[in-house]
Amino acid sequence: MSASERKSTEMTYREALNAAMVQEMERDDAVFLMGEEVAEYDGAYKVSRGMLARFGDRRVVDSPISELGFAGLCVGAAMTGLRPICEFMTFNFSILALDQVINSAAKMAYMTNGQINVPIVFRGPTGAALQLAAQHSQACETYYVHAPGVKLVTPATPADAKGLLAAAVRDDDPVAVMEGELLYNVKGEVPDDEYVIPLGVADLKRSGGDVSIVTHGKMVHVALQAAGKLAREGIEADVLDLRSVRPLDVQAILETAARTNRVVYVEEGWPFAGVGAQIVALVQEEAFDDLDAPVLRVTQADVPMPYAKNLEALAKPGADRVVAACKRALYAGEEA
Amino acid sequence: MAEVRGMSRDVALSLLGDMLLYRRFEEEVETAYKIGKIGGFCHVHIGQEGIAAGAIKPLRGRDLVISAYREHTQALAKGMAPRAVMAELFGRVDGCCGGRGGSMHLFDVDKGFMGGHGIVGGQIPLGAGLAWAIKYRGGDQICLCFLGDAAVNQGAFLEALNMSAVWRLPVIYVVENNGYGMGTAFSRVSVTEMEERSGACGVPAHTVNGQDVQATYEFFAGLAEDVRDGAGPQFVNAVTYRFRGHSMSDPVSGTYRAKEEVDRQVVEQDPIAILRDRLFEAGLMGQDDLEELDAQVRAVVQDALDFAEESPRPDAGTLYDHAYAEVNEHGRLFLDGRGS
Ligand SMILES: Cc1ncc(C[n+]2csc(CCOP(=O)(O)OP(=O)(O)O)c2C)c(N)n1
Ligand SMILES: [Mg+2]
Repeated sequence: MSASERKSTEMTYREALNAAMVQEMERDDAVFLMGEEVAEYDGAYKVSRGMLARFGDRRVVDSPISELGFAGLCVGAAMTGLRPICEFMTFNFSILALDQVINSAAKMAYMTNGQINVPIVFRGPTGAALQLAAQHSQACETYYVHAPGVKLVTPATPADAKGLLAAAVRDDDPVAVMEGELLYNVKGEVPDDEYVIPLGVADLKRSGGDVSIVTHGKMVHVALQAAGKLAREGIEADVLDLRSVRPLDVQAILETAARTNRVVYVEEGWPFAGVGAQIVALVQEEAFDDLDAPVLRVTQADVPMPYAKNLEALAKPGADRVVAACKRALYAGEEA
Repeated sequence: MAEVRGMSRDVALSLLGDMLLYRRFEEEVETAYKIGKIGGFCHVHIGQEGIAAGAIKPLRGRDLVISAYREHTQALAKGMAPRAVMAELFGRVDGCCGGRGGSMHLFDVDKGFMGGHGIVGGQIPLGAGLAWAIKYRGGDQICLCFLGDAAVNQGAFLEALNMSAVWRLPVIYVVENNGYGMGTAFSRVSVTEMEERSGACGVPAHTVNGQDVQATYEFFAGLAEDVRDGAGPQFVNAVTYRFRGHSMSDPVSGTYRAKEEVDRQVVEQDPIAILRDRLFEAGLMGQDDLEELDAQVRAVVQDALDFAEESPRPDAGTLYDHAYAEVNEHGRLFLDGRGS
């Protein structure tokens, strides 16, 4: 059944995440939600609205502000086959929990020779919102994908939010689902039925042919904006949304690279050892002969996020910088 | 000598003036936030001014204070200029961190104010570290480390208190116990009382009514000297109440606390009103004096607002400044192709 044939409803990204959690909790009692303010407060960003009333406090649980503790507790529960959804109010705070994510969750299956797997979801917003300053504005993807053993998806649209979160819950490994505070109000059509998008399948959000903008998460919207600007100048861009950073849809990346011969990676994180660094390595290793230009990256400026509005705007990867990078890849016009 | 409850009129009046300044400052911060002059997460201290004045004013200039993100008034109490704090909230170049830090990250090393930290509990081991450094250098300062009630549930709290006790560090951990961490009452995330939380590490616990600024001041004046004399780390449960929402984007009341509860606290437990009434009753101040004091502090706040408004935004060319303290002439520090 194609997306156009299925029944769908317009809803926000926030509601789509909620729908996925409700869908999965209805079908499997092993799934529970734990995190700060997820129950009585309906979630700091209201993603879990109504879930306490629906599922009760056995399955929708407010935790103390103890990220290392409740993430570890969820990993422990997952070691016995429960399927926790561990919400971080934002992924910035999950840095406190990284020991349990990386030393416990990521390595468990391997260390135990497959005796124990950890079917857990870590979810919450990643990246910057508006003027939240250094400690509250960081893209955390690299921390998670650097360690083998963790999977990572980054939905950009409401439909992807529902489908990818459902898939994450059903997956038998630890899956981080990184959302965006600035995405929660984005609206879109979301399939009504049990909707699951397999991990590892990228989505060509725009088909152009002149240059490939490859990206993930919130930056998909920046890439589409940039593609719109380029179109007004007669340049048609592919926008490939990875959706899933690990597993990575290598085939889709190589296909767009082969079609346009020019690739620009856009990400919200810092450049050093970022997701884009991995994509650059991959493309030059596997598609060197297809390339007509170096693979470029547009990232957050390589500094902690400043508070001041004007400096923050300079630090973030915006559409204009993506446009400039695409032109550079096309050897057309001014420098990035 | 004119006294109120054993405190001289001068000290009492200056505490009242301090708290009034904090209140007016925060009220203007709220207004500025609503019209977009201030952005991001912004947590005001309204209702909790008694602790800022009562705990910090007895300190010496070179003592150190470290706190979380609800720290505007604590910064003022430690001697930071209202202008520098307001300009920071506006994200301007004359702010105490040049506009880089914002509401949650106020710092002034010269004044001994060591932040302004946004990760719940992050400042607790840092406070231990500041105290460690004092002891290491053989100094006679102490460190005051503020935290919220919810922060005691972070593992870092236990680790920091234990180390402080083991090494007898000159630090006072002050819990601003306003009863809630965001929308979660302390009793929902703890089966023990606040005073029981430090004992397991051997750090003595004390409770003080933070709405009674006189009691808070007298208590901290004594405790600070004890710690300076080598009494070792202390834990103070300063009981207070947050009159506003958790941050500017949160409601004042809701499912987690009833409007009636907030209203009653605001009427009965306002630290400013409590001291004002005592001064009135003791005949040490009249309505005219109060109005004059209020006019004075309002002028200070207005001056800070004007200053912040006129201060320029940070120059775009400074984006990469201070990411590192030391530039390196051999290798490239910034890998984004923009910073040099
Ligand atoms: C590690 C971490 N987790 C979550 C948050 C989000 N958060 C900010 S303040 C707060 C509540 C803290 O309450 P409390 O310590 O009682 O301080 P109060 O706000 O009452 O002053 C939460 C959950 C955070 N900043 N850091
Ligand atoms: Mg609190």
